Amino acid sequence: MEAFVAALTFSAGYNAALVVIGATLFGAAAAASGTFLVLRRQALMTDAIAHATLPGLAIAFMVMVAAGFDGRNLLGLLIGSAISALIGVVAVDVIVKRTRLMEDAAIGAVLSVFFGFGVVLLTIVQSMSAGRQAGLEGFLLGSTAGMLRADAMLIAVSAAVVGVLLFVLRRPLTLVAFDPQYAAGQGVKVRLMDLVATAMVLAVTVIGLKLVGLILVVALLIIPPVAARFWTNDISKVLFLSALFGGSSGYVGAALSASAPALPTGSLVVLSAFAIFVVSLVFSTQRGVLAALLRRRALAVRVHRRQGLLALAAGEPIYDAMTIKVLRRDGVIRPDGVMTDNGRAAVAEIRRDELRWSMAPSVLGDDAVPAQRDALTPADEAFTPDQIALIDAEAQRLAVV
Amino acid sequence: MFRSMENPFAKPILVASEGEPVAPDPAIDEAALTVRGLTVAYGGSPVIFSIDMTAPQGTMTAIVGPNGAGKSTLLKGVLGLVPALSGKAAVFGAPLAAARHRIAYVPQRAGIDWDFPVRVADVVAMGLYRELGLLGRVSGQRRAKIVSALERVGMAAFADRQIGQLSGGQQQRVFLARALAQDADLILLDEPFAGVDAATEKAIVNVLRELRDAGKTVVVVHHDLTTVAEYFDRVFVINTRKIAEGSVAEAFTADALHAAYGGRLASAQLSELRAPAA
Repeated sequence: MEAFVAALTFSAGYNAALVVIGATLFGAAAAASGTFLVLRRQALMTDAIAHATLPGLAIAFMVMVAAGFDGRNLLGLLIGSAISALIGVVAVDVIVKRTRLMEDAAIGAVLSVFFGFGVVLLTIVQSMSAGRQAGLEGFLLGSTAGMLRADAMLIAVSAAVVGVLLFVLRRPLTLVAFDPQYAAGQGVKVRLMDLVATAMVLAVTVIGLKLVGLILVVALLIIPPVAARFWTNDISKVLFLSALFGGSSGYVGAALSASAPALPTGSLVVLSAFAIFVVSLVFSTQRGVLAALLRRRALAVRVHRRQGLLALAAGEPIYDAMTIKVLRRDGVIRPDGVMTDNGRAAVAEIRRDELRWSMAPSVLGDDAVPAQRDALTPADEAFTPDQIALIDAEAQRLAVV
Repeated sequence: MFRSMENPFAKPILVASEGEPVAPDPAIDEAALTVRGLTVAYGGSPVIFSIDMTAPQGTMTAIVGPNGAGKSTLLKGVLGLVPALSGKAAVFGAPLAAARHRIAYVPQRAGIDWDFPVRVADVVAMGLYRELGLLGRVSGQRRAKIVSALERVGMAAFADRQIGQLSGGQQQRVFLARALAQDADLILLDEPFAGVDAATEKAIVNVLRELRDAGKTVVVVHHDLTTVAEYFDRVFVINTRKIAEGSVAEAFTADALHAAYGGRLASAQLSELRAPAA
C-alpha cells in the first residue's frame, strides 16, 4: 500500500515517476484517438493492429541482435512493430476491397494469422543463445519492470505528440466522423483524415506495447470513450472525459504495477479503466443504470398524471391510488377528490394537446410525427412553433366549420 | 420573381484548347455556377455525360430527372466529391478550390449515425468550420450566428437536443441551418424535401426563397415534379445527359420531361404538371 501511494505521488524514485507520467500520457492519448475509432464503429481495427505488431517485434529483435546491437532497444522494437502493424492494416484493407469478406472477418483472419506467426517467431527468439531476450514476453501483457529511463521518456513524448495532434485536428476528425459528405463539401480531405486517424491509432498501439502489452492495448482505446459517452452528448466533452478516464487508468494502473511488480501492467491499467466504466454505467446522469431507474420512476408519475387528467377530461372516475396521489400532489384535485381551478386549467391544456397530436398527422403528413409521439410529450415540445401554428390554424378552421 | 430570366446565358461558350490563353468569358464571370463538359463515371459507364450547366446569380434552380439519372452525382461532381473524367465547374468564375468558402452544401441525410454525440447547435457550428479553422474559438458573435441560423429554420428551441432525438424533417432543418451559418453565396441541396413533413417543406422553401431574394443562388436536386413550377424559377432536366435547361416556362416542357422520363410519365400527368405554371 505504501509503495502504491509512493508511486501515485511520484515519490517512488525518478524512474518510477517517469513510468507513471508516461503511462498517464499514454492512457490519455490512447483514449482520445480511440474516441474517433469508436465513433466510426471501427473499434475492432485496433485489435488487428495490436496483434499484427508481434511478428515485427520479434523480427526487429533478431535483426538488432544479428547486427550486434542490444536486441531490447525500445525504439528499434517499436519501429519493427509499426512496420508489421502497417502491413496488417493494409492486409485488412486489401481483403475488404478485393474479396467479398466483411471487415470483421478480415480483421479476425489478419489478427490470428499475424499473432500466430508472431508467437512462432517469439519461440525462436526464446531459443536463441545470444541477445538477452528476457523481457520480450513482457510485450504481450505489458510490464514496467526494468523499464529504462529512456523508454519511459520515449513513451511519454510520443504520447504527448499524438495528444497534441489530436487536439489540433479534432474539428476535421469530428466532421469526417459525423458526416463525411458534408466534410468533403467543406474542403476537408476525408481520405487524408481517415489515414491520420488510423495512423494515430497505430502509433498509440505501438507506443503502448511495452506498457500495456499487445493483447490488452485495445481495451484502453475502447473502454474510456465508451465510458465517457455515458456522461454527455457533446463530442468535445466526450473527448475530454475519455482522455481524462484513459489518463487516470494509466496513472493508477502504472502506480499499482510499481507497487506490485509481479502483476502485468496491462491488466492493472485495463482493470482501472474497467472500474471507471462500471461507475459510469451505474451512475451516469445521462445514460446510467441508476438514472434509468429514476427516469422510469419519473415516467410512471408522468403516465399517471396524464392518465388522470385524461380521465378528468372525459369525466371518468379515478380508482388508481397512485394516480390519485399524483393528482393531489400536483394540486389538480383536493384531498376530497374535487377538482381545483388549477385542475380545470390543466384539463383544458390536456384537451388542447390531445387535439394537436390527433391532428398532426393529417395537417403535417405522417413523416412529420417525431419520435416523441409517446402520448406523453406535449405537442409544443415535439413540434416547431410554425408546425404548431399550422395545426392550430387548421383546428380553428374545423371548429368554425 | 423571374428577374434573371432574360440574362443571355444561352449563348454558346467558346472553349479554348489546352494552354491557349483566352479572354475571361463574361457569362462565366457573372454566373454563380458554370459547368462545362462534366463527365463522371462509377465503374465502367458514365453516370453523367458531358454536362453543361449555368446557374445565374439570384436564381433558384431545380435539377430534375428519373432515379439514377445522375442528379446527386451532378452536385457531387460540381463539388469535387467524386472524381470527374472530363470537364470542370466554375463558381463565380473561379475554380472550385478558390471558391469553396462561397459554397454551402446540404447532402442527403442517409448514412448519418444518429447516436453520434452532437447536439443541434454543434451540428450548426460545423458550418463555421472554414471560418474557425483548426483552433479558432466559438465566440459570442459566432454563437449569435448559430442561434440566428436556427431561428431562421424555426429550430432555436431545439439547440441543446441530441441530433437523433429529432424527427426527419427537423433533422433536415438543422442541416439547412448548418448551411445558413456558412453565409455562402451558392447553396447546393440534395433532395432536401425527401422524407420531410409538409410544414418543414414549406419552412425550407421559404428560407430558400429568402436566400434567392437576397441575391444568393440556390440549386436543388428535386424529385417531386408537381412542385417544380411553384417553388423554382429555373429547371435543369437531366438523364445522364442534359435534356433541357432554362426558366420553368422554357425548359419544364412535356417534350423535355418525356425525353427524360420516357414512358414513365403518362401524357395526362404531364399536362397536369404544366397547369400550375399557366
